[in-house]
Amino acid sequence: MNGLFNDQISGRVWVVGDDINTDLILPIQAYYLPVEQQPAWVFSANRPGWSGDVGQGDILVAGRIFGVGSSRPAARSLKNLGLACLLADSINGLFYRNAINFAFPALEAPGATALFKEGDRAEISFEAARIANPASGKTLDGVPMPAQLLAILQAGGIYSLLQSENLIR
Amino acid sequence: MGVTAIEKILARNSGLARVRPGDIVTTKVETAILFDNNFMETSWREILHVHDPAKIVVVFDHRTPASHVLSAKAHQTGRAFVKQFGVERFHDIGFQQGISRALVADHGYGLPGTVLLCSDSHTCSAGVFNLAARGVGAPDMTYAVAKGETWFRVGETIRYDLCGALRPGVSAKDVFLHLANTHGDHATMNVEYGGPALGGLSMNARRTISTMSAELSVEFATFEPDQIMIDHVQARTDAPFEPVWPGTNADYADKRVIDLNLIEPLVALPDAVLNNARVVGDVAGTDIDQAFIGSCANGSLDDLAVAARVLAGRRVADGTRLVVTPATQSIYRAAMAEGYIQTIVEAGGVVTNATCGACGGGSMGLLGPGEICITASTRNFKGRMGDAAARIYMASPATVAASAIAGVIASPMDYFT
Repeated sequence: MNGLFNDQISGRVWVVGDDINTDLILPIQAYYLPVEQQPAWVFSANRPGWSGDVGQGDILVAGRIFGVGSSRPAARSLKNLGLACLLADSINGLFYRNAINFAFPALEAPGATALFKEGDRAEISFEAARIANPASGKTLDGVPMPAQLLAILQAGGIYSLLQSENLIR
Repeated sequence: MGVTAIEKILARNSGLARVRPGDIVTTKVETAILFDNNFMETSWREILHVHDPAKIVVVFDHRTPASHVLSAKAHQTGRAFVKQFGVERFHDIGFQQGISRALVADHGYGLPGTVLLCSDSHTCSAGVFNLAARGVGAPDMTYAVAKGETWFRVGETIRYDLCGALRPGVSAKDVFLHLANTHGDHATMNVEYGGPALGGLSMNARRTISTMSAELSVEFATFEPDQIMIDHVQARTDAPFEPVWPGTNADYADKRVIDLNLIEPLVALPDAVLNNARVVGDVAGTDIDQAFIGSCANGSLDDLAVAARVLAGRRVADGTRLVVTPATQSIYRAAMAEGYIQTIVEAGGVVTNATCGACGGGSMGLLGPGEICITASTRNFKGRMGDAAARIYMASPATVAASAIAGVIASPMDYFT
């Protein structure tokens, strides 16, 4: 572990619905911009201005097949926006891979959108996939990230691993 | 219980006797396809070591010819990579240009029973050749190119048996929209396609279904092999391969039958693919500004043939733009030989070079605020083809061509009686 990954995550919750696709997270116009400018475009089509309201350490709670769509590095934008974690009723498999590879903590947790309303706090034990809403006292068990994949996340993502083996620059 | 086709393929390529839903497996990667976006400076990490250049294919498809200086620089980086590592299967702008998923089909790059990776989300397209084909991100591609392997999470499989036959004017795109409307998303799961109707569906038609399966949020979409598929691959490659059939009594999460006789032309409403389609009559008469036929899902020779059939001797309506993009230059040449290109252009359609083009809104054919498009491509997501305030309906090439002539969304069925 490189110290960047924190297993105990808590933060303010934002809630979005089902079918949030990668064109909404990383619109094509933003794809051509420098990486540091891309996060400002997150949800610009469906929730204009939202990216400016997100604070460091906030948590995104989403509905079904979050991240459906293209292979573009949409997970990187969410991480660089300052979000600490994604909880979703289900996560598109490609997005899930990108989240792990860009070291953006993401948990599948069927029932997540029912557990929170926007502005709540979420408390998460990531490895155990235990999720709590302290205001309501309700808890939820998500789907733990498999150990092999958690290791990539904890290492700071797949590029960190490849770099440590001198396979990429 | 028996084993599904995808479980057998994953087991074979990970050196395991058997895999089960929930397993994480490491498999070798037989084919790794890099495309132009991988080489963009906002994505590219210089690879210092390549596992095996013979396993790599490099394709420029998303922004060809270069649409921005950023794309031109990505192409330069890609050419340097090809040269440095001696990659022989390289599809630069020119004679061999095309969309990677269509090139896989044209060139027999997808070997039945193997693993194929590309960082295009529609890579599941190659599952039509009975292989484990998956879209991944640039980081996974970098890993696979450097190390020759990747990981997969084994999911449960839903089996779809197709029976019956499509009526004239109804296409594989309508079959997919019906499936997406009836069964919704398949997150974390695989789909396996088979059944007696396969023999009546061309490889291009089947590939529309496998390609569009990305929108179901599947892990893998795999077709059961048949002689038509095996002949198709053998005609294009000398490489040996071993197709995989599902085991008897395979342990499917569910088995579903789709009767092709009952399918009618469908149109997906803007912003989402799943659970969002209507029969064409429900939206007929909706004004359109642009019509598009192309992409990895609908840029095949069959698709161009259908468009030409509908457009022959007719004109695109005043005030409506029709953009047609063959999926590869090879398809473009075949369509010229058949007279399809001539027919489409004489009808007032604009035929572009082979590229992803308007489908992804990255290089041309963009929509302005408030404009309405009907597209035969892969996605109708908000903002995908241009401005976020544009509206994108999605349908078959026949429906799109019929709509281009009418200037409003229209049924294609009158052209096929």
